[in-house]
Amino acid sequence: MSVTQTDQPRDTAQDTVWVQDVSFIDSIPRSVAMTFVLLVFIGSWQMATSLGLVSPIILPTPLETLQDMIFVGKNLLTGGYMLEALWITLKEVFYGFALAIFLGFTLGVLVGETAFGEKAVMPYLVAIDTMPKVAFAPLFVAWLGFGIESKVALAAFIATFPIVVGTAAGLHAADENARMLFKTMGASRMQTLIKMKLPTGLPQIFTGLKIGAVGVMAGAITGEFLGGGKGFGELIRIAASQLNTPRVFSLILYLSLVGLALYVLVTWTQRKVVFWHKERVGAHDG
Amino acid sequence: MNSAIATQAHSGAQLGAPVYELSNVSKTYARNQVVALDDVSLTLRKSSFSSVIGSSGCGKSTLLKIMAGLIPPTSGRVVLQDRPVTGPRRDIGMMFQHATLFPWRTAVENIVLPIEIRDGRAAAKKALEKAHELLDIVGLKGFENVYPNELSGGMAQRASICRMLITEPAVLLLDEPFSALDELSRDMMNMELQRICREQHATAFLVTHSIQEAVILSDHIYVMKPRPGRLAEIVEVDLPRPRTLDMMTTPKFGAIVDYIRGLLDKGEDM
Ligand SMILES: Nc1ncnc2c1ncn2[C@@H]1O[C@H](COP(=O)(O)OP(=O)(O)OP(=O)(O)O)[C@@H](O)[C@H]1O
Ligand SMILES: [Mg+2]
Repeated sequence: MSVTQTDQPRDTAQDTVWVQDVSFIDSIPRSVAMTFVLLVFIGSWQMATSLGLVSPIILPTPLETLQDMIFVGKNLLTGGYMLEALWITLKEVFYGFALAIFLGFTLGVLVGETAFGEKAVMPYLVAIDTMPKVAFAPLFVAWLGFGIESKVALAAFIATFPIVVGTAAGLHAADENARMLFKTMGASRMQTLIKMKLPTGLPQIFTGLKIGAVGVMAGAITGEFLGGGKGFGELIRIAASQLNTPRVFSLILYLSLVGLALYVLVTWTQRKVVFWHKERVGAHDG
Repeated sequence: MNSAIATQAHSGAQLGAPVYELSNVSKTYARNQVVALDDVSLTLRKSSFSSVIGSSGCGKSTLLKIMAGLIPPTSGRVVLQDRPVTGPRRDIGMMFQHATLFPWRTAVENIVLPIEIRDGRAAAKKALEKAHELLDIVGLKGFENVYPNELSGGMAQRASICRMLITEPAVLLLDEPFSALDELSRDMMNMELQRICREQHATAFLVTHSIQEAVILSDHIYVMKPRPGRLAEIVEVDLPRPRTLDMMTTPKFGAIVDYIRGLLDKGEDM
């Protein structure tokens, strides 16, 4: 009697269906959660300014900022002086990044491939990489003047190091099995580099490129702050000196869009090139 | 030891001509002065299947790497098909514990990689047809254009067999090729390996930790002893060919397994 009972599946849903625990937070889509945080942020910002907790000279209201963004947007779209400034900054970022990619990749391969580079050059590169590199800005201005060159140089200088380090690390990512396999196939050093070590190291190389993309923006703007010129950084500096904080905010937001676009471009390229390497956005599945 | 050498000479008469000849091969790793191999001599004959078995660290992989021309011996001679081995050779096919397929290449592109490296892209393209045939042989038809991260461990190892075979090597050097697989797939892969070796008339040399695996596959089993690594005995397996998995239950199979286990246990006391 008792035996037949235990053999029968009990028919209450709770016992037969195994329901995975889903917490409330897990059930919210990422986009909704992010919008929520943004609204809370703008809400507190509006509160802080409209209640007079912060002086409007220090912090403009969200509405003022939005109005100024529309103004700046119009100027950009109609080809005004701000578009010219943006164009200059874009050029600095583009040339700086291109230079950094070329230098970073070349140096990274030399350092990662040769025992001498690894032993004697790499420690210096790591040491310089830990330095606050923007501190070199006045030097670049002194060397290259107030034109676009000093900004390109600073941007490239900042972005080169993460690319070198990423490339060199990437070339060491291949495991012993892969190396041994290439050896058994009688591969030359060049073949091993191109057909095995570089593809294996692409995820690290792209990590370096992403850090470099952030650095190249910082470099260009810092260069403009310290070295003058006619770029977007100069517009920010002027607006700040006139205590036009809504303008500063809106210019920074536009600049962030440029930085974001660059980052997205690198990430998109990575997805296309390193198609086999699945990278997750956050720590949680989402 | 003497009787072992006699056995080898006896069975050698039945099999083909010598393919691999190692004489007095020793290896001391300079880095840590470990004597990994001490005075190893052996002869592999055409179309024979031999295994080497011994405790971990006794020098099996070192022996295989020297035979493959991946590392030089400290002293001694390695001759393959009448030419001394002084580096990697195209008549040697090698397989390791890990399949090591490259994730940016499809299965078939991974298989023609050795051709691409040796003879260039054009030759690799011509070899595609043969790669398809090999995939068919190992039961991977339909997976030609699949990327490795969609293959199971056993399927990946099959693909790596194809990569080894595409250059039509005269000898196959196998370093625990299936030890990462579960027992069922492993048995299947072993039978597959036997069939491939028969069809290709390949000479095979297998490193393994499994006595059963060694016995079911081999004509000769080289038992190694550690510190310093050396050949202690050569056991001949005279089970009929082709071997089947059923043979693993026969008394004869059991007796050979027990005998080798006895040799290995003795080695541990030393
Ligand atoms: N590159 C190396 N440098 C220095 N010593 C080494 C090197 N490779 C192996 N050895 C040493 O040589 C000895 C034999 O190593 P080997 O890898 O040939 O053993 P093995 O029989 O293949 O072991 P396992 O069954 O665990 O794979 C070990 O004592 C090991 O520490
Ligand atoms: Mg080993």
